[in-house]
Amino acid sequence: MSALWDILLTASFWAAAIRIASPLIFATMGELICERAGVLNLGIEGIMVIGAFSGWMAVYMGAGLWGGVVTAMLAGMLFGLLHATLTVPFGLSQHVVGLGVTLLATSTSYFAYRLILPEVTSPPRIEPFQPYEIPYLSEIPLLGPALFSQTPLTYAAFACAALVALVLYRTPLGLALRAAGESPAAVAAQGLSVTGLRMGAVIVGSGLMAVGGAFLTLSAFSSFFFEMVNGRGWICIALVVFGAWRPGKAVLGALLFAAFDALQIRLQQTPIGQVVPYQMFLMAPYILSILALIVMSRRAEVPAALMVPYRKGER
Amino acid sequence: MSADYGAQETVLRLTGITRRFGATLANDAIDLTLKRGEVLALLGENGAGKTTLMNILFGQYAADSGTVEVFGKPLPPGNPAAALSAGLGMVHQHFTLADNLTVLDNILLGTVPLWRAGFGRAAARARVLTLSRDFGLAVDPEARVGDLSVGERQRVEILKALYRDVRILILDEPTAVLTPQESDALFATLRSAVAGGLSVIFISHKLHEVMAASSRVLVLRHGRVVGQVATAGTTREALAAMMVGAELRKATVTPGTPGPVLLQLRGVHTSKDAAGKDDRIGGLRGIDLALRGGQITGIAGVSGNGQAALSDLLSGLLAPQAGTLDLGGTAQGQWSPRRALTAGIGRIPEDRHKTGTIAEFTLTENVILERYAEAPFARAGVMDWAAARRVTDDLIRRFDVRCEGPDGVIRLLSGGNMQKLILGRVLDTAPRIILANQPVRGLDIGAISYVHGQLVAARDAGAAVLLISEDLDEIMELSDIIHVMSEGRLSPPFARGSMTAAQIGLWMAGQGFDEGATDAA
Repeated sequence: MSALWDILLTASFWAAAIRIASPLIFATMGELICERAGVLNLGIEGIMVIGAFSGWMAVYMGAGLWGGVVTAMLAGMLFGLLHATLTVPFGLSQHVVGLGVTLLATSTSYFAYRLILPEVTSPPRIEPFQPYEIPYLSEIPLLGPALFSQTPLTYAAFACAALVALVLYRTPLGLALRAAGESPAAVAAQGLSVTGLRMGAVIVGSGLMAVGGAFLTLSAFSSFFFEMVNGRGWICIALVVFGAWRPGKAVLGALLFAAFDALQIRLQQTPIGQVVPYQMFLMAPYILSILALIVMSRRAEVPAALMVPYRKGER
Repeated sequence: MSADYGAQETVLRLTGITRRFGATLANDAIDLTLKRGEVLALLGENGAGKTTLMNILFGQYAADSGTVEVFGKPLPPGNPAAALSAGLGMVHQHFTLADNLTVLDNILLGTVPLWRAGFGRAAARARVLTLSRDFGLAVDPEARVGDLSVGERQRVEILKALYRDVRILILDEPTAVLTPQESDALFATLRSAVAGGLSVIFISHKLHEVMAASSRVLVLRHGRVVGQVATAGTTREALAAMMVGAELRKATVTPGTPGPVLLQLRGVHTSKDAAGKDDRIGGLRGIDLALRGGQITGIAGVSGNGQAALSDLLSGLLAPQAGTLDLGGTAQGQWSPRRALTAGIGRIPEDRHKTGTIAEFTLTENVILERYAEAPFARAGVMDWAAARRVTDDLIRRFDVRCEGPDGVIRLLSGGNMQKLILGRVLDTAPRIILANQPVRGLDIGAISYVHGQLVAARDAGAAVLLISEDLDEIMELSDIIHVMSEGRLSPPFARGSMTAAQIGLWMAGQGFDEGATDAA
């Protein structure tokens, strides 16, 4: 028990949790925007891969780090455009299109990697984002090193969540977006374009997912590996449900999951880790997430028109 | 007063509107004009093309040919935004509201440019409150739409239009979902709106409403204009003849011959209804009811007083918490929808779209929903679709269901045809007890008299019919025995003709119950 407290009371543990949460927050916000407008985007896993790859490759080829972020976002938006075109105006199955986009984006990344770096055995490294200590705030004991000594991209993740919440709940655009996910007929009756709103949401949301992927190569690690996204996209799908489609609660969910993840790594080093196989620790965040999901999401209000294609003039 | 003011000014002109759906000609060269400050009733049976015409006007569909002019300017086809900005507002038959958003959010949606940073919510809220006071449309702007009653939702729809400064308001069968009291309130609202310079198109198939609310009537039949008259210069009978194309024979219902008691409730208490929606009254509170074969037993009352719980109880969706449910003299211990079906209870549910049918299934699949696992539809666990289709074909013919065939999706049927198919599905099993919950709500007069005729025929064949309806005329015309329902309680039985509408009205308001059962009636 004391080992647990020792971990929980260190700044490095909380710093790690926030670092692990950052890519999840970007991608969860992206997915949340899509689902709030009525489109389930299962392309998220692949879009994170293409974001991780393209951002890293842009920096490797000489772009700045922010140039890498923008490149990743544009690549994500491109795949978002593909997803949106197939699911919104064509009204195809969102599940099938989403899985297809994931497979396509993932294999495109791997293919491009091999094409550009045919002879390479271990991927080249780049110089990633460095932690930026916010003046004064970073000097607060415990909180300072945990919260205010992160990389700029982490600060951006939290700013992004705040912006998404602001737009969704405080602007006409956000209202129209939410209405498109609740009752497309109501949106159309008020003279707004359901197609435009949904496509816009999917494209922008996919851009954010790709930035979440790019966080892995530009901020967390300094290189691109196959399988590096490793199911984070699927976790984000669950986080949206966990957060009951609300940005604030989704961020809390991401932090909770990340804290479990950071904890299990540290618990492996303690005496408990000598007896329990490490695979059990790897499983722990997922098991705890499932439990939290069951507890939290039973009363969640699903957007009423989620996964319902809208066809104009249909009786 | 407003009829004279600016009576010359034509605010809306439709010319030669034609629209096909597949093989059906929904609108055939329709001309229509609307003048300022008048209420034009668009009258016609279900499927006459009223809704299609209005959807074209409002830009939901594009017409195949024809033009629309609003205030002298042509309207681009298929563009709801253009229709809105031209001053047209439509309240659809099926509301276009988002349930999870507040009233204010629903009203504001699309009224502010999307790229603006904020709403000015406080000012908007004040304006909504002013409008709702001026037009007598009481509703709380911060309420979640999903929590409102149907009547309140309709007020939100009208407020939505008024908030946009509409000058032409189109109401598509606005009373189909309203209680009589709510309908009266709506007509009062329309009168004050018209006095304020608004022009209204009122789509309906209910003659007494058209007579009460309109100044001019345009009658449609099979997609064509068949007549145009001033309301003051016509009668209900003349309009009915125009609408259905022949003089309507009014069925007189002869009293039934009472048979044995087939179902008896004694002191039944229940929880709220199965869906948990109707929890204002919290279920049935000690109900005594005997259903006899050969009789129609009518339940009068304003909906939301326990009708849903009673209906769910007979459907098997809800079991008594106290009291007994006897079927043919045997008390039922276990109670489930399956047991209700095997006991010979045929069910016509209140909401034919939600609980009566599965929208995306074919007619055939919907017909066998309650019997799919029995012969001849399933043999040794394998479906015999040919047999199912034969039965469906037979029902379509016998019950005059207008459709493309047994393999069409049921969602595409009009309300009347869907109800005829449900009726056929129920009667085909020769049920001993028929639960008919609001069986004619939203139907046109042709379909209403058909459904009523079939229920009476089933009664004469010995079935016990339980008719639940908000329409007191319907209850008094058909029922051999009338009970009144109020706040989860049931009045004693009244024989046909023993009560006036006014007396029943007092029971509806809950008066007789308080004097105790002994000296009631």
